[in-house]
Amino acid sequence: MQIGDMLSDRIKELLTSGKADRVFAWETGELVFDRSPRVFSKGLKGFVYDDFCIQNLCKYMIEETKKDGKILVLLKPCDTRGLELLKKENRIKRDKIYALGVPCGGMADGEKIKKLGIKGILSVRDGGDVFVIETAEGEKTVDKSDVTADKCLSCQSKEHIDCDELFMPEKSKDTAVIDRFVQVEEIEKMTEDERFSFWRSQLSKCIRCNACRNVCPACSCEKCIFDNDNSGMASKANADDFEESLYHIIRSFHVCGRCVDCGECSRVCPQNIPLHLINRKYIKDISMLYGSEDKPALLTFDKNDPEPDFLSGRGI
Amino acid sequence: MQRIGVFVCHCGSNISATVDVVRVAESLKNEQNVVFSADCRYMCSENGQSLIKNTVKEYGLTGIVICSCSPRMHENTFRKTAGEAGINPYMVEIANIREQCSWIHKNAAEATEKAVILGRAAVAKLNRDFPLTEGESSVTKRALVIGGGIAGIQTALDIADAGYKVDIVEKKPTIGGKMAQLDKTFPTLDCAACILTPKMVDAAQHENITLYTYSQVTNVEGYVGNFRVTIKKKARYVNETLCSGCGECTLKCPSKKGKNEFNMGLNNRSAIYIPFAQAIPNVPVIDTEQCIKFNTGKCGLCQMTCQAKAVDFSMKDEYITENYGAIVAATGFDIISLDKFGEFGYQMYDDVVTSLEYERLMNAAGPTGGHLVRPSDGKEPKTVVFVQCVGSRDIRECGKEYCSKICCMYTAKHAMLTREKYPDTEVYVFYIDVRTPGKGFDEFYRRAAEQYGVRYIKGMVGKVYDDGEGNIMVRASDLIAGEQLTIKADMVVLAAATEPDKTARTLGTMLTASMDTNDFFTEAHPKLRPVESPTAGVFLSGFCQGPKDIPETVAQAGAAAVKVVGLLSKDSLKSNPCTAISDPVICSGCGACKNVCPFGAVELAEKTVLTERGRETRLVSVVNDAVCKGCGACTVACPSGCMDLKGFTSSQIFGEVDALCR
Repeated sequence: MQIGDMLSDRIKELLTSGKADRVFAWETGELVFDRSPRVFSKGLKGFVYDDFCIQNLCKYMIEETKKDGKILVLLKPCDTRGLELLKKENRIKRDKIYALGVPCGGMADGEKIKKLGIKGILSVRDGGDVFVIETAEGEKTVDKSDVTADKCLSCQSKEHIDCDELFMPEKSKDTAVIDRFVQVEEIEKMTEDERFSFWRSQLSKCIRCNACRNVCPACSCEKCIFDNDNSGMASKANADDFEESLYHIIRSFHVCGRCVDCGECSRVCPQNIPLHLINRKYIKDISMLYGSEDKPALLTFDKNDPEPDFLSGRGI
Repeated sequence: MQRIGVFVCHCGSNISATVDVVRVAESLKNEQNVVFSADCRYMCSENGQSLIKNTVKEYGLTGIVICSCSPRMHENTFRKTAGEAGINPYMVEIANIREQCSWIHKNAAEATEKAVILGRAAVAKLNRDFPLTEGESSVTKRALVIGGGIAGIQTALDIADAGYKVDIVEKKPTIGGKMAQLDKTFPTLDCAACILTPKMVDAAQHENITLYTYSQVTNVEGYVGNFRVTIKKKARYVNETLCSGCGECTLKCPSKKGKNEFNMGLNNRSAIYIPFAQAIPNVPVIDTEQCIKFNTGKCGLCQMTCQAKAVDFSMKDEYITENYGAIVAATGFDIISLDKFGEFGYQMYDDVVTSLEYERLMNAAGPTGGHLVRPSDGKEPKTVVFVQCVGSRDIRECGKEYCSKICCMYTAKHAMLTREKYPDTEVYVFYIDVRTPGKGFDEFYRRAAEQYGVRYIKGMVGKVYDDGEGNIMVRASDLIAGEQLTIKADMVVLAAATEPDKTARTLGTMLTASMDTNDFFTEAHPKLRPVESPTAGVFLSGFCQGPKDIPETVAQAGAAAVKVVGLLSKDSLKSNPCTAISDPVICSGCGACKNVCPFGAVELAEKTVLTERGRETRLVSVVNDAVCKGCGACTVACPSGCMDLKGFTSSQIFGEVDALCR
């Protein structure tokens, strides 16, 4: 029996016992690798939980907890950090959620499978450490570790935070192979000009689709300043050819110190901009200056705070 | 539709020497909604103000822009003028073309262009200004003085004499502070106790003064006129009302090993003790660390001895909450720890003492009855070496970079008194500089050096060491003679640097009163508002603001009292209308504003708001106008921009920036 089926049974038990009224989980999508977030209010038809359920569902809880009844939500270890942030910032009603922690052995990236040159994919089956892929040209196997999603390669923890129940946590596997600050350090080593042109070339790819913002658990404002005509910010951000930078700079300041490093921003970016690196630079600096990366540096005030000065390099 | 008048000030030649004011006025005529623009020799003069009033009437102005000095100088003047002319005082914008333009530029063409741009920004802001109304808040007619030394006592007496209630909170069991420990006071050499104790008695007996001794402030809430303060009254284990102050208990107490703090630990005291003879209140306190009853459960001799039945071992700390209109910090000073000054041998040799210890050794009420003897063997010293600037003016980590100010004078006093009482004693004073700027101070120092034969040597002591035969040797340099000296000393007296009392920092945080890096309270203005803290309703008295001697402390104490009385005499206070305001429709209730507010002015509350999705009840931020100081921290912290600052709205600031970048 696959883990998804066992999980499905447990969810049904929980629904029957009245622990929750609805379920927020994933369903199979149009394409082979597609998994879509969905509310299941009657039955679990289409429900799936496998190595492709990469989306972080926590942010949907803002709207879901405004509704009547209790919602059961499936959360991978990294997803729970987002839920914790939303709880801290009063964005969700925690008592209307039944958080079911699901195990994670690292999510897979379908694009990476395609890049291995496997064509005509008809279906993918879990074969333990490998994926068994049925194609038009016959069956092929791929090592899971070869197609792990980028964000899972620098996974920070397999520990769930504040869940009401953990489902088979022993099934979680550590997939971290790259220190999450390696790329940040590479960028730090650049000269100012190199760094500027690096970001300029990256950010100029932006098409302002707002996907990074919409998926971000820290970007949960009732009304985003970029959607608010009265803020004067949207028009400012459109003022010149470097508008995307301004949008991303402002957004990064807003999530600075609040980012839970779930990596969703970069994952959803259709232009493949490594947006998570901006946030990781903040995380790195904040943990160095304040001794804890959880400190919302721009949103707290303490007279004993260090006073970093990037111009003279003091405090950094 | 606004009708704006622009007035460009010459400030004599202060502005007009570098800025072509006529051109500035001319140029600003072209700005949006400007219907009048002119220059004037002195805008702050009667003439300038009448020009404003007449123009408002003649042109029907709705707002005015003054291009002049910093708003810190004359913003109030022009707001008042605007009010008198019939327009809202907050429809006034000042473009600072003096401090930020004419004074810092030499090139007239560039300065003029900059002045025009600054004026343009002010017009742009005024175009987005809206009238604001000051709120009113009440004033609690009671003051709190924190610290019961000479500064606190004098401040409290002056406030009380003016007819207002005042409470003194003192952390020690008695009021009196450092001055009570002193022997004589420079430069007149009158006895410290003789001039201080009458004031202590006055304070205790004054009908308007309440003393909270052995107490500490633990929490401060509220704002100018309406502070709410929690005071922790530590358990003395002696009932203040019942105790007659006979002192029998202190004699009967078998535990005599407590260090006598009043005598700088030079002798011991009983576990139940009265700090000194003239202590106020004259009520003992039990040192629970030394008390046998508290440590073993047996004893209780003091309780048995007490005829008034005042000793109560079950006494608990008590918390009192009281409302005040004004708070005075008078937390005083201490001398620094000499742990890191190994070169002077303070930890190693009993006969190396601090000046404050020397003060006790000279005092008739001190451990030796005023007979100057060495702590080690009780013999009279024949050679005494004084070292000045021990830790003062010392840029090392362990030292203080400032001058402690009082040491030159008290060292001269100690040296002079030593020579007077014991003429056969050799007295040396090592100094970096002798600083005696005060009335009668230099005369005093010269008397010590010239008439009393104190040997002043310019140079620092490098090392104090034992010669192997039990003698203290002082190695020093004589910078004027250019030679190394080695003196066999019977006693070495160190003028240790002063520092603000350790409790000042925590108190400063509670009061949200700013402090400098040395933990001295900062003034609202170093020259013009020296006894006020930048936090409204908090005043500064004595050493806690900076090193001071007694006359200066008393003068400042009186000044602080006048400021307090000035505040308490008002029936209501005008509150700053430039406060933060939150838009509940946009607010997400994340609490960033609440977390960042240094004044506790923002709260989260459940509110029903009408959103695009319909009616919703959720947490949103609410600003308490009376507490908000308008610092704007919340407005920049708020990610959705729902928090704005009246008088400095985002829209107004964008307007200014756009005008500057046009």
